[in-house]
Amino acid sequence: MNKNKEQLLNKRYKAEKRFRLYGQGAIFMALLFLTIFIFKIFSTGYSAFQKTWLIVPVTFDAELMMLEQNPSKEDLKDADYYDIALKSMADLDPNANEDQENELKRMVSYFFEREIKRELLNDPSLIGKTKDVYLTASDDLDQVFKGNYPRDLPEDQRRVTDYQLKIFDQLVELGKVESKFNLSFFTYPDSREAELAGIASSFMGSIFSILVCLMIAFPVAVLAAIYLEEFAPKNRFTDFIEVNINNLAAVPSIVFGLLGLGILLAVFQLPRSTPLVGGITLSLMTLPTIIIACRASLKAVPPSIREAALAMGASKMQTTMHHTVPLSMPGTLSGTIIGLAQALGETAPLILIGMVAFVNTIPGSPLDPAASLPVQIYIWAESAERGFVEKVSACIMVLLGFLIIMNLFAQIIRHKFEKKWS
Amino acid sequence: MKKNGVKMIKINSKNVDVYYGKKQALFNINLDIEENQVTALIGPSGCGKSTFLRCLNRMNDVIDICRVKGQIIINDFDINDKSCDVVRLREKIGMVFQKPNPFPKTIYENISYGPTIHGMAQSKNEMDEIVETSLKKAALWEEVKDRLHEPGTGLSGGQQQRLCIARAISVKPEVILMDEPCSALDPIATAQIEELIDELKKDHTIIIVTHSMAQAARVSQNTGFFHLGELIEHGSTDKIFKNPENKKTQDYITGRFG
Repeated sequence: MNKNKEQLLNKRYKAEKRFRLYGQGAIFMALLFLTIFIFKIFSTGYSAFQKTWLIVPVTFDAELMMLEQNPSKEDLKDADYYDIALKSMADLDPNANEDQENELKRMVSYFFEREIKRELLNDPSLIGKTKDVYLTASDDLDQVFKGNYPRDLPEDQRRVTDYQLKIFDQLVELGKVESKFNLSFFTYPDSREAELAGIASSFMGSIFSILVCLMIAFPVAVLAAIYLEEFAPKNRFTDFIEVNINNLAAVPSIVFGLLGLGILLAVFQLPRSTPLVGGITLSLMTLPTIIIACRASLKAVPPSIREAALAMGASKMQTTMHHTVPLSMPGTLSGTIIGLAQALGETAPLILIGMVAFVNTIPGSPLDPAASLPVQIYIWAESAERGFVEKVSACIMVLLGFLIIMNLFAQIIRHKFEKKWS
Repeated sequence: MKKNGVKMIKINSKNVDVYYGKKQALFNINLDIEENQVTALIGPSGCGKSTFLRCLNRMNDVIDICRVKGQIIINDFDINDKSCDVVRLREKIGMVFQKPNPFPKTIYENISYGPTIHGMAQSKNEMDEIVETSLKKAALWEEVKDRLHEPGTGLSGGQQQRLCIARAISVKPEVILMDEPCSALDPIATAQIEELIDELKKDHTIIIVTHSMAQAARVSQNTGFFHLGELIEHGSTDKIFKNPENKKTQDYITGRFG
């Protein structure tokens, strides 16, 4: 008998130990995957936050720019910068033939003319003088400088020619190549050229979509939840509605995209590719999430609080608005933020309503065409250029940062406004 | 209390039946409640005494499946009548619950809530005065006067219950219903509440549901004994406890069942 008990005890201890091990193993696995994932993204993405510049001496020759004596600001704006831009690139190798001059030109981005113009507009006294100007290196040279480009490939399989590499190496030796923080990644819209592509358009698109989504989904969902939880009679019809709200939460997001396409674009003729349509589509998706969160937190308010208010002579409406709803707000708000975070990461429905289109302007309102961050990731991931590989990871980092901030915010709201009742 | 030798009846209930769905919870209750007296409702668990109490301020409305039949007449008016506005009714008939349930707000806001929604104070000063008198009447003022703006949920259990009583009397109700107000409290807090009940009966009619027969004997002038949804016997507390007419009452108060 005693021995039997001993065995039972040992068995129990062992089972407990095993269970702990399983749990620790599971957590270890989860952390491992997360670490690998984050490491991969950071290691490919961090270089996108640096941009390579070529420092090229530019002579602001008034004659070449077709400028007259004492030009006004307007004249400077209208001047022809292409020739001096070409000339300064060609001057990098005085012995270059025509083909080589073309290759030299392709060492910098096609923005080089604009970059030179900006320099002069900043300082008009430069006319007739020579100054070292920072020009954005082409994406391939950018990758070469960052060490992401295989230089040992045969020349016909590379996009950088041997000649370009030779000149580039000379510039590096002279200290005329510099790497600086890539501000344009945040301020430029999308571009076909990797060195000029930025997330400004998709970032603003995401912000506008989320705002539209919030403004539609939050009031509708909260009102629906309050009505269903506090006022609606409990009968078959409301049960049916409840089941359907739960079903709605499980509908694949692409279906909402089709709905947006079929109704918002086809029937209501709303402008295509805009955050307005994206936001409305996302709000359909977010609606059930917020309703469920709001109902759960309304349910969690102890009935004794409602009874206390009712017994004081508060009407149903007063009880709900003065007591139940304020007490449920922390849960509702964190549910809302989690719903919005989901919407922020959503790609499929936005692709269907046309937010996948190439947009190279920064949207100023929800009615302007825009992309969104996850769609931008999708677009860049499809691009062949090497320069986009790091941009994909960098964009993922921005998106993740955004999501982490939102979730942190949800946590803070929960902790700050959570009330304890006895 | 007697006026001209006649007992004043505050609440007069006639043939009250209560159903939860198909199940009948109260059978034909006829009970008169005297004004400015403490009436105790006693009986074993599930006998319907709390259900009856909740009929008096129509708190049973909150429960979807609950139906109340019969007449409950307060101030010559049947509160089960369709024309009765429950908000007005509950202003006149306050309630204190089994578990202290202060709002998760400050002590001040707990008291001022009722007067605010019923528009009883015109100014901040008036409101301050209502809060002070209510807390004084509930014998809580001395303990909380320096922390009126701290959360009411931070008080001890007994203090919370007195806060709930103060909240109930803040709107000057004619009747106060108490649903086992001491069952979650320790003996010292219980004694304080009982003392308070004795004070309050000067201005209010009090109906208290209690599990403790000793408490009923201590605080009440009248007692009603419920059993299985029926009012078995009611009358003065003295009579019920010393000289009950019904055998069931006798058995219950002597502790043979319940």
